[in-house]
Amino acid sequence: MSAKTLFEKVWEQHQVVPESADTPAVLYIDLHLVHEVTSPQAFSVLRAENLKVRRPDRVLATMDHSTPTDPDEVFGRVPIKVESAARQVKELEKNCREFGIELHGLDRDTRGIVHVIGPELGATQPGKTIVCGDSHTATHGAFGALAFGIGTTEVGHVLATQCLLQRRPKTLAIEVTGKLRPGVTAKDLILAIIGEIGVSGGTGYVIEYRGSAIEALSMEERMTVCNMSIEAGARAGMIAPDETTFAYLKGRRFAPQGKAWDEAVARWRELKSDPGAKFDRVVSIDASKLEPMISYGTHPGMVVPISGKVPDVANDPVHAKALNYMGLNGGEPMVGKPIQVVFIGSCTNGRLSDLELAAGVLKGRKVASGVRMLVVPGSQQVKREAERLGLDKIFTDAGAQWRESGCSMCIGMNGDTAARGEYAVSTSNRNFEGRQGAGARTLLASPATAAAAAIAGKIADPRAYLPH
Amino acid sequence: MQPIRTIESRTVVIPVTNIDTDQIIPARFLTTTTREGLGKQAFADWRYDANGAVKSDFILNKPEVAGCGVLVAGRNFGCGSSREHAPWALLDYGFRAVISTEIADIFRNNSLKNGLLPIVVDDQTHGWLMNNPGANVKIDLETTTLTLPTCATAKFPIEGFARVCLMNGVDELGFLLQQAPAIERYEAARTY
Repeated sequence: MSAKTLFEKVWEQHQVVPESADTPAVLYIDLHLVHEVTSPQAFSVLRAENLKVRRPDRVLATMDHSTPTDPDEVFGRVPIKVESAARQVKELEKNCREFGIELHGLDRDTRGIVHVIGPELGATQPGKTIVCGDSHTATHGAFGALAFGIGTTEVGHVLATQCLLQRRPKTLAIEVTGKLRPGVTAKDLILAIIGEIGVSGGTGYVIEYRGSAIEALSMEERMTVCNMSIEAGARAGMIAPDETTFAYLKGRRFAPQGKAWDEAVARWRELKSDPGAKFDRVVSIDASKLEPMISYGTHPGMVVPISGKVPDVANDPVHAKALNYMGLNGGEPMVGKPIQVVFIGSCTNGRLSDLELAAGVLKGRKVASGVRMLVVPGSQQVKREAERLGLDKIFTDAGAQWRESGCSMCIGMNGDTAARGEYAVSTSNRNFEGRQGAGARTLLASPATAAAAAIAGKIADPRAYLPH
Repeated sequence: MQPIRTIESRTVVIPVTNIDTDQIIPARFLTTTTREGLGKQAFADWRYDANGAVKSDFILNKPEVAGCGVLVAGRNFGCGSSREHAPWALLDYGFRAVISTEIADIFRNNSLKNGLLPIVVDDQTHGWLMNNPGANVKIDLETTTLTLPTCATAKFPIEGFARVCLMNGVDELGFLLQQAPAIERYEAARTY
């Protein structure tokens, strides 16, 4: 038998009908994550065509994108301010009731960002195919799942048939050797990777992240890396499951139990690329050379090391357009640039370890005057765990706001936005124009860098602030 | 969906690379529960200023582009999110095809499912289109050929099954539903 990549193994196990010259493969989907923004029109199609949800037991539904983070709004003490968002919430409640889907709704302690709760509940498992009407579905690839974002039409396809029509993508191995230095996080690593291969470098590929620096990462760090695969154009990013993966999953609500657990682990151990397996493309990165990274432009490939300068590129109108939007000049150092907003959260960096990292920087310090800092846990469970550790107190004592979970200022749909012209150091994943509010200027960075900026009131090297 | 064989229209050129879905349709407009009416919000932050006034220097606000159904844009069009609202907005605005040298995966998939043609062409053809805004082009789905007013032609790649669906005006869902026996066999054979 020929040597296979991790991707090929998962793909082949899920072909209901293999692809041919005329038709794409019919690919079986093990887990379908559903949220309020990209699903209403899909349920409308089911209704119009008089179709049922084929496997409601394979659907995990929650609300996160347009939901409020203010506790009074979340728990119904006051109406949700954004009326259209309130309608979406109601619509998802209705759709889940009507089609027999369990909803982790606003009143549930299991609610959160869909890519945070899937792993947290143990629904995300090695070797599964996982889809969601959200491009950051790539996050779940951290467990050795084949996980990718789909559009609303395809959400309808999966609801009705539990399958998708897919052409087989190419494979890209990103080999990360060496060891990350202190103060350099998984977020810095993935920003550096995107800077290296470019925002369309992964288009048409599924990435497999591998090598010693990847193996050394915790599950939460692996999720941060895989999460931003789409920012390099790749629909999916995968990491082979190992002892770290199994230890994370054991005992979680949807993880196999007892004998089934042992069988699952035995099966999962086979999910790694065979020696000699061929990738369509291979890229190597030395982790030990990396610094904390920060974005300066209007896409996630426009990044520099924190000690770097805004690149000076002559005769490039698109580069000039980006710098004009950002209010930055070529040649200007990043460190020292005043900022007004700090956002800690999102499916990229809204998990417990991210909050711990930020709290470690903030402990005993104050958010600079004139800076508004928002800390939004990735899920209600993350929120509870953080509160048990007293992290909420560290944040609020420092002058930051502590909210209920959701996508919040990563996408700015719920009213959590930065104002026109404001600089927001954000642990989220996209610095596109207007992403965090019309005219807002996003600087993507790690939770440590974001917390350091909050204290300094300007872009700062987090390594000066980290506890020893 | 209406069958699509050929599209003939003048082009609008937005000479920007990496146009992401947040530009095509900003997230604050995604709280809708229908597919309709998003055209007025397409490229909203490039078309309107902070007070909602029309930015007269943006190409889509110029009178000469009225009726142009083909959008020509820089490399890596449609990157970013999976929101299908992006092709819905472009179609509702009046575009029927997008031409670039590279189109992001999810956006391309979403476009094919809605009858917005994602056309990837070579650098030379793209360069000509970028330099000749308003050119009348013809896109033939049957022969997968783009024809310029100079009579120069360029072949474009398009996934075969999606192409057949577009040409016949049928939805892929029908095909998937017909796979029910194979799906049942697959589910029955899975041991975990």
